[in-house]
Amino acid sequence: MASFIQLLVSGLATGAIYALIAVGFTLLWQTSQTINFAQGEFVMLPAFFVLAAMNAGAPFWLACLIGIALSIVILGVLFKLIIVDPMLKYGVLPLVISTIALSLFLKESAKDFYSSQAQPFPTLVPATDIHIFDAVISTQSLAVLAVAILTVVALNILLTKTRLGRQMQATAQNPTLARILGIPVQRMVLYTFLLNAVLVAIASILVSPIYLAKFTNGETLGMAAFIAAIIGGFNQVRGAILGGLILGVLDNLSAAYISSQYRGAFPLIILIAVILLRPQGLLGRVEERTV
Amino acid sequence: MFRSALLASVIVAGVGVASPVFAQSTVYIPAILELSGAGAVSGTNFRDGMLLAIDEINAKGGILGRKIDTPLLDTQSDAGISRAQVQKVLDNKPFVILGPVFSGSVLVDMLLTQQAEIPEIVGGEAAAITQKGNPYVFRTSFGQQFSMPKIANYMRDGVKAKTVGVLWVNNDFGKGGRDTFVKEMNARDIKVVADISTESGQADFSADVVKLKAANADAVFVYLNEEESARFLREAKKQGLNKPLIGETTLLGQKVIDLAGEAANGVRGHVGLTVDAPIPAVQEFAANFKKRFGYACDHNGIKGYTAVYFIKHVTEKIGKFDSKAFAEAAHGITISPKDQPGILMEATWDKNGDIDRISFLGEVVEGKQKIVETLPKLNK
Amino acid sequence: MTRLGTAVLVGATMAAIVAPFFLKPYGIFLISTWAVLTIAAIGLNLTLGYAGQISLAQGAFVGIGAYTVALLTPLGVPFFLAFLAAGLLCFAVGWGLGYPALRVQHHYLAFVTLAFTTLVFLVLRNEQWLTNGIYGITGTPRPSILGWSTSGARDFYFFCLGILAPLSLATWWMLRSPWGRAFVALRENPLRALSLGLDTRRYTLMAFAIGSSLGGLSGALYAPLVQFIEPNSFALGLSFNLLLMVIVGGAGNFFGPFVGALVAVLLPEWLRITQGYYLILYAAAIMVMMAFCPSGLLGLAERAIKSLNGRRAGATAAVRAEGAGP
Repeated sequence: MASFIQLLVSGLATGAIYALIAVGFTLLWQTSQTINFAQGEFVMLPAFFVLAAMNAGAPFWLACLIGIALSIVILGVLFKLIIVDPMLKYGVLPLVISTIALSLFLKESAKDFYSSQAQPFPTLVPATDIHIFDAVISTQSLAVLAVAILTVVALNILLTKTRLGRQMQATAQNPTLARILGIPVQRMVLYTFLLNAVLVAIASILVSPIYLAKFTNGETLGMAAFIAAIIGGFNQVRGAILGGLILGVLDNLSAAYISSQYRGAFPLIILIAVILLRPQGLLGRVEERTV
Repeated sequence: MFRSALLASVIVAGVGVASPVFAQSTVYIPAILELSGAGAVSGTNFRDGMLLAIDEINAKGGILGRKIDTPLLDTQSDAGISRAQVQKVLDNKPFVILGPVFSGSVLVDMLLTQQAEIPEIVGGEAAAITQKGNPYVFRTSFGQQFSMPKIANYMRDGVKAKTVGVLWVNNDFGKGGRDTFVKEMNARDIKVVADISTESGQADFSADVVKLKAANADAVFVYLNEEESARFLREAKKQGLNKPLIGETTLLGQKVIDLAGEAANGVRGHVGLTVDAPIPAVQEFAANFKKRFGYACDHNGIKGYTAVYFIKHVTEKIGKFDSKAFAEAAHGITISPKDQPGILMEATWDKNGDIDRISFLGEVVEGKQKIVETLPKLNK
Repeated sequence: MTRLGTAVLVGATMAAIVAPFFLKPYGIFLISTWAVLTIAAIGLNLTLGYAGQISLAQGAFVGIGAYTVALLTPLGVPFFLAFLAAGLLCFAVGWGLGYPALRVQHHYLAFVTLAFTTLVFLVLRNEQWLTNGIYGITGTPRPSILGWSTSGARDFYFFCLGILAPLSLATWWMLRSPWGRAFVALRENPLRALSLGLDTRRYTLMAFAIGSSLGGLSGALYAPLVQFIEPNSFALGLSFNLLLMVIVGGAGNFFGPFVGALVAVLLPEWLRITQGYYLILYAAAIMVMMAFCPSGLLGLAERAIKSLNGRRAGATAAVRAEGAGP
């Protein structure tokens, strides 16, 4: 029984990481129909910004701020202006290809311009272990869990209770109508990209102490984000966190109790099942079809 | 009309550009390595060790008066691309080929190099590489069929384990090691009570530690790549897995120690090649490497460095750049650091291309790898 | 087709036949790879370019085809039987996968096929008793046709051409038929097609299954070409690569796969000169290409030709452009 609790707790910890990454992914999809295949690399990169800043002499807290700022500029503004905007008018597919190419570009850049070796990353919270009901969880994992939940709560408040948030939602649901109503649509979309950039930067700083900063981090994290977002519900931010947690726990349980060689298969099977049986995900709303 | 002619000429040009223009004053020894993809760490380490040796040798006039010309080709850690690169270099008649490191790529390349009768000095450790009857393949590190018996003996005599758990990474390196290890365990009547595979790049080892704790083996053999080893060790410490953790060179490497921190203390294992060996020549090499490249090299760096000096020694012995003669002379040769300092430790090559050399038993004590015992060559 | 188009086609065919006599074995290996991958790209073009479905599963079908041949030929099964078996098996699997999966919208299909590819990879890797697992299968023999051995580089290349040509012609014929017209209708306006009485599901499924079987046939040639197959070669990377080929060449354009495969095979070679940064340049080149000509290279060529013609005579140029190409 103790081992089950341990698996559950560790799974929730990993799941919180997936959830944090999935949230930004979901946001981008909702507001601008952008499927960002480079989301995993977006989480991998800010850690290298921070490390580079630290190499240049900045203390850790300053380096983190620099990392977040660079994220906003490169992964937010530049991403939107250079990659998304020119391609949006051509439809979803060229954008998908572009983001796939972008993920390769970012990955190789990190490898060539920084290092192919994994880099240790300093931790925000001191790494001690806490014992809960016979299971052990590290404070780092608790921090990730806390931040993930906080983020979703904050986002929810932003989107539903503030004027800005409601404008963003309107833009997502019906851009043409929003424009008629006087909402600056392009600016709303930009805000979403900036928001995603901040989210991935935070995720990166939280995750890298555990995962170590390595250029290949994006592959597994990105895939997990997609699966989490779809299982939870592509068009609801709350869905992302539920999807992430389910994914983390499921991964652990299947590896321990069913088969370690096929541990990667179970999330995929669930993904296929969700898409075929309930495509809007567990918490999502059914997507209306526009004629 | 124009477009197709253009395309055709461009194909020819594209392929033509790939072929090097080499003068008689150089010897063409290309290197085919994993410079990107999953094997990038191993490949780049091998490359840098190799480059250090090449620069040293070229500074002193090269081999038999000719400088070494080593273009680098990236396999992208893919066996299919590796085969294509081998085909490309074979078109230009190399003397000897260096690399690759990934055993899967080595096995594919061997099909071509054997046919072309060009020797290949590889970094792959899979047992199968030297069991295919290829007289043209050589390595500068232990094959799994040499390292696993040493570990198995240590399990039986040193740790005195009756049951053991195996944790391995599911790629050709990990599976090959696991298969050889299990065979050695069965031969010594030690029962394998847990056989757990993990994925390359895996970050969460909680499920695996839970299973290992439940199996309650006397010892655990850990055969993972670097980062995964570090993450596993941390998780094992966190959950209080108290059994002896035994590994091979990778597990006790400085890299893993740096990444795992305190969790690495107490880990023991067999170390074939290490920059921490208590041998002055190795220490000097390690210092030179760190000075030039800015990081501490792993065993792949030593593989690359000694491979080039191996080529130098055998070539000087036969006195000419003859690939077939090279292969014949290399079988059965013993090279001592007295004659060839770059070989770092005395080594003998057998008729299959495998290396016989001293190795070490190590333990991680207070954040450093300590050599506890030096194991002699298998055949004196 | 236009006169210019026919001339280019004839020229390109001649170049394809003559090229191996000017190339070293490595170059011949490259163009053989081009021929083999073009078959898979043609299949994906059917699914994506004509039927409008985003599939990331083509790499897995190439893998299934390759393993079929690699496992059957050492048992003594003649190559052509194994070849056919690969195609039929992939048709069946494609049908089976498509039947439930094509009900969902495009972006969801991408994820379903992505999951399928990874699942196929896991099975190929873990079931060692069947596939030799992670160690792969070496030495798939190249076939002998009526005494002509294809083990030489040049011979095998002509063998691949000899399979590519009839497959392309068959696809061309199929697309010109009323059936093919239905596919195009599907892509342009699925709702309208439905209202006209087309059973969209049946046609889409057919396109997907045929596309998958072409992937399998491509894999059947891949095994004797590279003579070493392992699960990693057929994972997502290959699927993305094939997708890239179709888009870069021009999705929905009959010759798109040919051009796209050529670019995909040759571009890394040219960029290799940059010694190490070539993957970065390759990715950047793809992004630039997507920003400026998302309808692919052939789309760009068409636009260029149209603007050239436009200078001559407005109306006639438009009419001619309408009739050009399938």
